[in-house]
Amino acid sequence: MYEGIVQDLIDELGRLPGIGPKSAQRIAFHILQTESFDTTRLARILTEVREKVRFCRICGNVSEEETCAICRDPRRDTSLICIVEEAKDVVAIERTREFRGVYHVLGGAISPIDGIGPDQLRIAQLLQRLADGSVTEVIIATDPNLEGEATATYLSRLLQQPGLRVTRLASGLPVGGDLEYADEVTLGRAFEGRRLVD
Amino acid sequence: MPTYRDDAVVLRTHKLGEADRIVILLSRQHGKIRAVAKGVRRTGSRFGSRLEPFMAVDAQFYIGRSLDIVQQAESIGAYGAEIAGDYPRYTAATAMVEAADRLTEHEAGTQHYLLLLGALRSLARAEHPSGLTLDSYLLRALSIAGWSPSFGDCAVTGAPGPHSAFVPQLGGVVADAVAPPGAVRLDAAALDLLGALLSGDWVAAEASDAGTRDRASGVVAAYTQFHLERALRSLPHVDRSGPVPPPSLVRAAEEALAEGSPV
Ligand SMILES: [Zn+2]
Repeated sequence: MYEGIVQDLIDELGRLPGIGPKSAQRIAFHILQTESFDTTRLARILTEVREKVRFCRICGNVSEEETCAICRDPRRDTSLICIVEEAKDVVAIERTREFRGVYHVLGGAISPIDGIGPDQLRIAQLLQRLADGSVTEVIIATDPNLEGEATATYLSRLLQQPGLRVTRLASGLPVGGDLEYADEVTLGRAFEGRRLVD
Repeated sequence: MPTYRDDAVVLRTHKLGEADRIVILLSRQHGKIRAVAKGVRRTGSRFGSRLEPFMAVDAQFYIGRSLDIVQQAESIGAYGAEIAGDYPRYTAATAMVEAADRLTEHEAGTQHYLLLLGALRSLARAEHPSGLTLDSYLLRALSIAGWSPSFGDCAVTGAPGPHSAFVPQLGGVVADAVAPPGAVRLDAAALDLLGALLSGDWVAAEASDAGTRDRASGVVAAYTQFHLERALRSLPHVDRSGPVPPPSLVRAAEEALAEGSPV
């Protein structure tokens, strides 16, 4: 235990996700001992991020305005919605430069054991977006883990409606890996999602 | 580092740090195990997919100071995909593992492991409607924990049934003479179903109608909640609207035919 404010800093840092007591201590001492470290700037950004950043009214992505940059971009194809769990998934898919549609951020996955059912996610908002029939395809891009799969199952059942194509992101073998190292679940999934070679 | 090996079912997982998970397992011989699975959230992890909830594994662990560490895990029952691929089954399985976790807080014997393993396998294979599998699991898991309910004779006096007053606090149905005023009253069909679920009589259980199943599941929920003190968070999310699989009788006949034995 350190005295007073140093310990306070370690405690606060330690409350952040993914930061254990050792890392918290290391960061605290980095802040204390590194002269070039701009604490004023960090403090200002921390305050501003809470004041300025909100969630896009349309898709739920993080945004500094009422709607996010992707929803405001006229070049994006609004007939195509990619459903993701978190805003960080939007960033990951944007990095691929493969997708020209828009997003819908659910705010998590269905996990009854944590008290999260469909009503706790932004599913009603999704249905609203689909109501006028202008969306022709939704791509379900929830995480390839149990909760993500169950959420995809729920959505694919819910979204059965005429004129709407519902697809699920393929899951399969990691690029750059050896087939023999793939576990049976991943390999099985890759078989399920195989496609015709033209 | 000393190690041990056991068969276990994954109850739930929590994220830890950047890429790890804490995995809570119910094992055959070592009770409940809390272990760290390193690197399993990275795509390409060798055993991440085997350490998801509802998966049964043969695993080796290092004994750690506070948490053990998963060294190896081989699948012995990959029930996750079948269960997650059907929403009613997923919600039923979630309620089962939550109940298993709570019922084994102090003592986790082999019977709890075997019951849960069997119930998850049954769900994955869609042997019975998922709501019935869940209710049967809850009644039997509570029985293993020492709270077997009575749906026939009076739970207080032992007076032969049938009795209609159901009082969770008294251990099941009770004779009118000892029933408190305002006790819930159950009809014969609901009591028959509850008895069938407790004993595993699937032919009788599947012959029940939707209304009876609703009433029985309400009783199971009340009885479970009373013994667990806190309500199961998953239970209100359970979806009982799933497609109804063929009755056991038909399937048993089909299996017998497939094996070439006389029905
Ligand atoms: Zn947006």
